[in-house]
Amino acid sequence: MKKTILSIAAAAAVLSFGTMAAEAKTKACFIYVGPIGDFGWSYQHHQGVLQAEKELGDQLETAYLESVPEGADAERAIERFARSGCNIIFTTSFGYMDATNKVAGKFPDVKFEHATGYKREHPNVSTYNSKFHEGRYVQGVIAAKMSKAGVAGYIASFPIPEVVLGINAFMLGAQSVNPDFKVKVVWANTWFDPGKEADAAKALIDQGADIITQHTDSTAPMQVAAERGIKAFGQASDMIAFGKDTQLTSIVDDWGPYYIHQIKSVIDGTWKQQDVWDGMKEGNVVMAPYTNMPDDVKKLAEETEAKIKSGEFNPYTGPITKQDGTEWLKAGEVADNGTLLGLNFYVKGVDDKLPQ
Amino acid sequence: MGMLEAILITIATAATPLLIAAVGELVVERSGVLNLGVEGMMVMGAVTGFAAALATGSPWLGFLAAIVVGALFSLLFAFLTLTLVTNQVATGLALTLLGLGLSGMLGEGFVGFPGVKLANVYIPVLTDIPLVGKLFFGQDPIFYLSILLTAGVAYFLFRTRAGLTLRSVGDNHASAHALGINVVLIRYLAVMFGGACAGLAGGYLSIVYTPQWVENMTAGRGWIALALVVFASWRPWRVLAGAYLFGAVTIGQLHAQALGIGVPSQLLSSLPYLATIVVLVLISRNRRLTMVNTPASLGRPFVPDR
Repeated sequence: MKKTILSIAAAAAVLSFGTMAAEAKTKACFIYVGPIGDFGWSYQHHQGVLQAEKELGDQLETAYLESVPEGADAERAIERFARSGCNIIFTTSFGYMDATNKVAGKFPDVKFEHATGYKREHPNVSTYNSKFHEGRYVQGVIAAKMSKAGVAGYIASFPIPEVVLGINAFMLGAQSVNPDFKVKVVWANTWFDPGKEADAAKALIDQGADIITQHTDSTAPMQVAAERGIKAFGQASDMIAFGKDTQLTSIVDDWGPYYIHQIKSVIDGTWKQQDVWDGMKEGNVVMAPYTNMPDDVKKLAEETEAKIKSGEFNPYTGPITKQDGTEWLKAGEVADNGTLLGLNFYVKGVDDKLPQ
Repeated sequence: MGMLEAILITIATAATPLLIAAVGELVVERSGVLNLGVEGMMVMGAVTGFAAALATGSPWLGFLAAIVVGALFSLLFAFLTLTLVTNQVATGLALTLLGLGLSGMLGEGFVGFPGVKLANVYIPVLTDIPLVGKLFFGQDPIFYLSILLTAGVAYFLFRTRAGLTLRSVGDNHASAHALGINVVLIRYLAVMFGGACAGLAGGYLSIVYTPQWVENMTAGRGWIALALVVFASWRPWRVLAGAYLFGAVTIGQLHAQALGIGVPSQLLSSLPYLATIVVLVLISRNRRLTMVNTPASLGRPFVPDR
């Protein structure tokens, strides 16, 4: 029923965009999966848009739709944008993948940019993503150092490659410090529901986890961790305000530079189809200050971050064993991007059965 | 704190907002009005409750603001559907959409601030009883209020003359009107009571459950409350049972996942809905009893003939 109401909301929102055509300006349009006030994923995308507006000023006109459900409704929203004169449309969630490609086929003159997906069925579709898992590896290292119980709780959203990639990276980082470290996973089956995320955090803590990390978008788990007096990692934005004595660090998504670059290329007429997967090195993935940890842990975290940033180390470097005990990567072997972007299995040590 | 006790307390927190909103809507529907705007009133209560608590530093003033705004917001619905006799379903949906949008706009400046938390009750000795102390004597005050509210509504509807009048309005507004009962006034009051409850439930979310404001933070709970009223066949104690069952299965499935029992999480996530529907359908399978409980004038427009 929630879905129905959201779709009605989306439809109503779509209707309200009708006539907004200014000829000379380039129009960039954005579809968000959550509200821009989620202080997480969609919030950070919107911060990127605000950066672009500031940078490009009069040349740019923007429009956005928030809380657009993934699936059939997304297609309508995207199509409406395409008809309303958008020159470039950014669809910022994995679940918009098929809808984006479908609409792109109908509007060859409009550029489409899909975040976190892998399908580019038409020449006017690009995909872009960030290597958040690089940050999650660092978090895993910190978690294993900080946890007394040796158990971390991981609140996950949906079993898609991006999320699995994060869980594995966290596990690998933790194992690099403590080979016996455990990660408990709870799937919230939502990107955004503060109450449910809080309940998931409570369940994990009640079952012995003393570090909480999340791949959902609200600040609720951080608050629960603060209340229970344990440590936690923020998600997508710096959540230190919700856990002054709790947040160890947070992976902050900085989309601004990418949005500015891509919109500029549309203005210049140099836009080309591409598949971008940037990370710490390019500045898309930024770690919030390391707080609430002893100096030696902080130093180790900074060293790990520096090694990833310089390209010296890739978190997905063998030897890595799959959860079922079979070998995935030999010693020194580095996983290729294709495999990582379609990752659908756990590495050894994750205490969960991956929903398929 | 033992794990079982922790789980039970979490369940109570999850069930309380659903219970409050659903009991309020129950009174509305018993008076013959279907207000689908619960989600909108709830989210308005959440944003104003949060803002008022943050501004004054007092969670109680936050709750008061949430209740007042919920009631005022429902007054808009009452005016449209009862005085102007617009379609109740469409107006209720509009109220939800308006509430979600308006709350996002009003709350823009409050995103990213931790809220004011309401302290739990502490009664010396009683709260310290092992196992059950915290569960029965150490929760937040609104939890106790929600139980009292359920009892109060049950008593009011079935044990008082005013309750009988309200039910008669919901069952046959033409007859009630012929008897000289002011149908529209009673419905106004019922709708505002429902609005106040939805507002309080929203305030509970932003002050107790997760003390923060984020857009859409009700995340569909208003709709669940609406469904609970129907599945509970308009009986207050069944609404309580439904809300707790829903809460229990929601929390239970999260624990099942954390234990790693290997059941697909998608199935587990749908369990609260499935279980609540199945159980409530079972307890209301007596068709005649259900017919008796269903307000016969529910959702039908009333225009007094002069």
